[in-house]
This record gives sequence, C-alpha cells and structure tokens, in this order.
Amino acid sequence: MPTQILMPALSPTMEEGKLAKWLVKEGDNVTSGDVIAEIETDKATMEVEAVDEGRIGRILIEEGTENVKVNVPIAVLLEDGEDASSIDAAAAPAAAPPAPAAAETATPEPSGGAPAPAAPAVITVPSDTEVPEGTELVSTTVRDALRDAMAEEMRRDDAVFVMGEEVAEYQGAYKVTQGLLDEFGGKRVIDTPITEHGFAGVGVGAAFGGMRPVVEFMTFNFAMQAMDHIINSAAKTLYMSGGQMGCPIVFRGPNGAAARVGAQHSQDYSAWYSSVPGLKVIAPYSAADAKGLLKSAIRDANPVICLENEILYGHSFDVPQMDDWLVPLGKAKVLREGADVTMVSFSHGLSYTLAAADALAGEGISAEVIDLRTLRPMDTDTIIASVRKTNRLVTIEEGWSVCGIGAEIAAVVMDQAFDDLDAPVQRVSGKDVPMPYAANLEKLALPSVQDVVDAAKRVLYV
Amino acid sequence: MATTKKAGADKTASATAKSGTSKKAKSSAAVPDFTAEEEREAYNQMLLIRRFEEKAGQLYGMGVIGGFCHLYIGQEAVVVGMQMAIGEGDQVITSYRDHGHMLACGMDPKGVMAELTGRRGGYSRGKGGSMHMFSREKNFYGGHGIVAAQVPLGTGLAFSNKLRGTDRVSLTYFGEGATNQGQVYESFNMASLWGLPVIYIIENNRYAMGTSVARAAAKSEELYNRGSVYGIPGEQVDGMDVRAVKAAGDRAVAHCRAGKGPMILEMMTYRYRGHSMSDPAKYRTKEEVQKMRQEHDPIEQVRQRLLASGDMGEDALKDIDKGIRAVVAEAAEFAQVDPEPDPSELWTDILVDA
Repeated sequence: MPTQILMPALSPTMEEGKLAKWLVKEGDNVTSGDVIAEIETDKATMEVEAVDEGRIGRILIEEGTENVKVNVPIAVLLEDGEDASSIDAAAAPAAAPPAPAAAETATPEPSGGAPAPAAPAVITVPSDTEVPEGTELVSTTVRDALRDAMAEEMRRDDAVFVMGEEVAEYQGAYKVTQGLLDEFGGKRVIDTPITEHGFAGVGVGAAFGGMRPVVEFMTFNFAMQAMDHIINSAAKTLYMSGGQMGCPIVFRGPNGAAARVGAQHSQDYSAWYSSVPGLKVIAPYSAADAKGLLKSAIRDANPVICLENEILYGHSFDVPQMDDWLVPLGKAKVLREGADVTMVSFSHGLSYTLAAADALAGEGISAEVIDLRTLRPMDTDTIIASVRKTNRLVTIEEGWSVCGIGAEIAAVVMDQAFDDLDAPVQRVSGKDVPMPYAANLEKLALPSVQDVVDAAKRVLYV
Repeated sequence: MATTKKAGADKTASATAKSGTSKKAKSSAAVPDFTAEEEREAYNQMLLIRRFEEKAGQLYGMGVIGGFCHLYIGQEAVVVGMQMAIGEGDQVITSYRDHGHMLACGMDPKGVMAELTGRRGGYSRGKGGSMHMFSREKNFYGGHGIVAAQVPLGTGLAFSNKLRGTDRVSLTYFGEGATNQGQVYESFNMASLWGLPVIYIIENNRYAMGTSVARAAAKSEELYNRGSVYGIPGEQVDGMDVRAVKAAGDRAVAHCRAGKGPMILEMMTYRYRGHSMSDPAKYRTKEEVQKMRQEHDPIEQVRQRLLASGDMGEDALKDIDKGIRAVVAEAAEFAQVDPEPDPSELWTDILVDA
C-alpha cells in the first residue's frame, strides 16, 4: 500500500509553506531519517526527513511551489513490489482529511459552530479615516508590518535600536526582525544572551541614557522574569523623579496563546500591564495597525508595551503605502458598524469576534465590532458611544476573565452608561484554567466563535 | 584596618589589573598621598555628607522625615573618593542608600533634604522620597529601591555610552547584599561580552540589613572576584581611606576609558548606623561599631593628616565645620518650611505628554 508523505507542520502556528527543494527524485530509495526535502516556513527553512522506508513513487508537489497547505500530500512512497500504478488506486482514500489534531491546531480560528472563514489571503479591515484617498494598499503580513515599522523608525532616528534574544543573526525567533541586521548592523540590532531580567534593565538604563530601545521578548511569557524592570524601573521612574527621568522604550513580542505550547508559553498579559500607571499598552490586530501603532510607540516618550500575537504574525492585511503611516495610541477603531450589539475586542480576539459578527449577520443580527488597539490608555469614549447606540455589550479576550480587560470595560460602562444598558455586559474570555496542551482541551480553554455568538444572543435575549 | 584584614598586606597584586581574571585583589598598601587641595576637598565633601545625614536622622526622629531612611554615615570615603576620580558627564547610579551620592554629585542639599521631607522643592517634587531622587543635570540616575535593580540599569547607562560613542563611564554602586542577586551576574555577563564602560562598586559595609556578609555570601572575603569568570578584573579597596578609593577609582576609570570593558571595585567600608532608622542593629556589638569609628573613621583620617601636615589648623577646620553646619541647617530649615506638593501633583508625571 503506497504511503503518502504529507506537508509537515514545522511550527506550532504553521499553516502553509513553500516546498523549496526536493533532495530526492522519483525512483530513489529512502530510509527513515533521510533528508528528502527543504521547506520554507515564514520563520525558517527546515529539512524534512523521511519517516518510512521505501521508494519515491511520485512527487506530487513540484519544488518551488509556494503556499503548500499543511497535511497536503507532497509525495508518495512505495513499498517493495509496488509500482507507480498502485498510486492512483490509493489516491482516492488517501485524500481523506488529514490527522485531525494537526489540522485543527494549524487553523487560526478555532471554529465554534459558526462557519470559519475560508482562510482568505487578505483580511479586509476598514481603513482609517486618516488615509488619503487614492493611497495604495499593499497586502502585508503583521510580521512584515512590525519589521517595517522598526526599520522606518531606525532610519528616522539614530537613537532607536533593537535588542533581544535572536533578533540579529537568527533574524528573529519569529522572524519579526528579519533583515534588520543587514540594513542597520550589529551596533543597532543586538543579540542578547538569554537573560530577560538583565537585558530589560540594560534597555531601561540605555533609555535613561538617551537611547530609544526596542526590546524584544521572544514571548511575553519570558518577560515575567523582567517584570521588576518593566514596572519598577521603566513605568515608575518618571513619577518618582518628579518628571525628570522619562523612559522612552518599547517592550514588544508575542503575547497570549500560540498553539499547543502549553501553560507556561500561552498566557495573555494584557490585563497585567494594563493595570500599571506609567505604561502604555498596545495590542494590534491588523497589519496596518501593527505598523502604525509600533511606529507611534517608538516615538512615544513613555514606556510602551506592544503585545503581539504569534498566530496573527502570518496573517496579511492591507497596509497603506505611505511615507509615514502612524496610528495614534489611545484610539480604538470601529471595525464594523452595527446597530444591535457592541462587541469589543483586541488582537487575536478579533478573529473570533469578526467571524461571530458574520455569523450573527446571517441571523439578521447587526453587531458593531470595536478594535481597542490600545489597551492603556483605553479609548472608553468609543465604547461608550457605541453602547449608547446599541445598548448591549459583549467583550472578547483570550486572557482570563478575573480582573481582566472585559471586567474593566464592564466596570467603566456600568459607571458611565448604566442607564444605556438593556442587558448585563457579557464577557467572553479564556477559561479560568492554565492552558492545557491537549488539542481538544486547548480549544475548550480559548474563546470560540460560538462563545461570542452565544454571548451576543444572551445580551439580546434571543 | 579591620575590614580588610583578610585581604591584608600580602594582597599587593599589580595596580594595573589586566582585563582578564583577577587572581588577587589589590590592597591599600601603597596609597598615594593627596595634595593639600585634595585633602581639603575630600574633607569638605565627607563632612557635608556626615552632617547632612546626622541632621536627617534627627529630622526622622522628629517625625519630619517619614518612611524609609537609610543613612550613609561611615561610608563617606567611598562616594567622595570615586567622585574625585570621575569627570563631567560620567554617570552615577546607586541603591536606596543614596543621600551621600547625591551630595557628592553636587546636588543641592536643600533639594535633597526637601525630598526627604516630601516637599515640593525636593528633587522629585516630593514624589520620590529618600530612596528615589535623580538629577539629569548632575548625571545622577537614582536612587533605586529594589536591591540590585540599579546594576542592569547602570550597565544600560554604560551601554548608551558605548552606542553613542562617548568615552563616559557609568559608576554603578551596590551593596554587598546585592551581590547575591541574579541580575548582577546577568549584567556582568553582558558588560564583559560587550565591553561596556561600567565600574561596579560594591560597597561592602558588611551587613545586608541584619545579615553579615559571611552568613549570606559564599567566599565572602573576595567579592571583588565575583566577576572573574566573566573576565572582569576586580580589586578590593580600603573604603575607609578616601585616598585609596580615589586611586582605585582612577585606575578603574582609566581602564574603562581605554575601552577595556567593566571593572569591579570592592570597597571595604562600614555603616555606623542601622540599615534603616528602625533597625536596632542587634546583629553586631557596640564595641565593633565603636572600634571602627575610633580607628578607621574616614573623616578623622583626613582631619589628622591635615593637622599633621600643617595644611590646616584646628581653627580652620572648625570654620569648615561651622560652614557645613550652616549649609545643613539651611537645608533642614527649607525642608520644613517648604510646602507639601500641590494636590494636583498627584496626577502629574505619570506619562510624558506626547
């Protein structure tokens, strides 16, 4: 029975990749462990090893093919005595859906009953009003948008530099700093040792010394080691110095759950940082906002936490092609206008929220979707204005609900728009558990599209 | 002297510590003399700190200063000697025992004292307190309340010097208690790896709060050697002798300015007072403190030399004391009459206006 060789997932969030090169040809014999192909992901070029023994019967995907989906058959392996004629016989059943666990974890939007969007190449987000008419929009990944933001600011201001683990020679653990070393050199793109507490403090010290550091945490999970410097040194010193000692620094990196990486690597710190006076916190969803907000953050005279999302890194959005595309901190954005219910989210939470809004529209419910974009200072005016219109509010976040962003929004809305509410505010959040590893449990722990749909219906009493 | 007994006269390794591992500490065996002018400067500066701190202790007892208040009495030679070794633009950063450092940096005693009392004329407009003061003008970067947090911060100041291509040096002070914090070694690693111009000054006053150094630190008799695995040279210095401090400071500054990377100076010193005002200091004997004051007091050493050399007589020294007392009294007066911050100050300086 011929064996199919499937396009492998080479990282927790990989959805597709380029089959860069075949290192074997049809007719070659391979044994397990032989390197048979090279695959480029958005993070790296990886070698693929054969798992089974046999003869390469047919290569199904030519080398150089881009965007090969994970779990698509890329070649067929024949056992002794089989020949190519048996391939076609085996083809039909083998084309059945791939292993469920792998497929689901590679899907960015865990579907919760509502139809998941058919993985559009470009996610359409309404453009900011600031974009001049006629501006060219270029489809860009969030990853590249963040990189472009740093590169543009480094060109503009010599005091800006990037430091962190693997940001230079490795080109970024998640390839966000790709190409920066080549353009700016090792003096401005600095690989640090694995020493978060230390390099966070060194970054803050450099900011005190007149530089504008962009400090990358490989993920914000590791920034817990650096918390003292982020809070006590960066956030509080301006106040403690009576306004003398500003700290213009950006701490950035992926935050929240990726996929199947377990409890210690899957925490959303939005609420933690957002509770600290002296910090600004941004959490972009679209590539345009990622670029515009990060540029603004680098220019800001205060410490800014930029909470990115690994799953969103590979998603493409239209970015205005402008010399200096800036998105102001502290301004939310209405992604989708609606009349019946307000849904407020940020970062990857919007993936569920927008899908839920689609599903609700199918049932005749008009949802207004707000992207907070900045968590601190939070643009509560935009939320309140929307609640005054719809009289119903659902908040959506991947983090825990206890003392979370949704809890804060609920309190603010109760305080400022109590009489405008026709139903209690509903919070959709990550479940109150450490992130489990098992695929099914992880899916249960995170918010789903269905959770959002259900919450919207609860506030609408339908 | 008592504090350096173990690192006594046999430890006379070369003055030109190489930028590799330092096997031996230097001792203060061959301390270069000060000029008469240097002696007077050191005397003035140390006495100002001493009198200022005595007054702060007094005001604390009166309830005028609140919260934490960590006095520097006994350690004056360290910061004064180091200050004499640096130049314009070199940066200073330290822990919460910071009053002496600020005065040595040239900050106004009135502004420091008014911060201790939480008044609007304080360096932080009353919002920092004893542990949190800064002066960009005098290149004093705080004033940090978390033990050892200033070590990466000071390393970062040195990093900014390197990135900007200046030859300025960061003086990063911390106590011997801080040498057991992990971030110190994270800093040592990066400073050596990147050749940063930072002088790590360990003010070894022998007690981390109530825990003697021997009870807390492995190989406690050679903390200067704690950077050796990172290739950071270190010296142990008689921190009660301002001349020895300055000489070591001169060497370390030259080392950093020459681009040879960081250096460690372990200053053997002693605080006469408790860790903070609420510390009864029962972990050591009165005799130990008494002996240190009588035999090794940093100010008395200079005073005796000034008298012995005939550079200054008792009357002249008394005049200096009188002048300093007047400065300190003026600061104390200001710190008590200056109003508290306006309530609106509660909401300022949280963020820089964009």
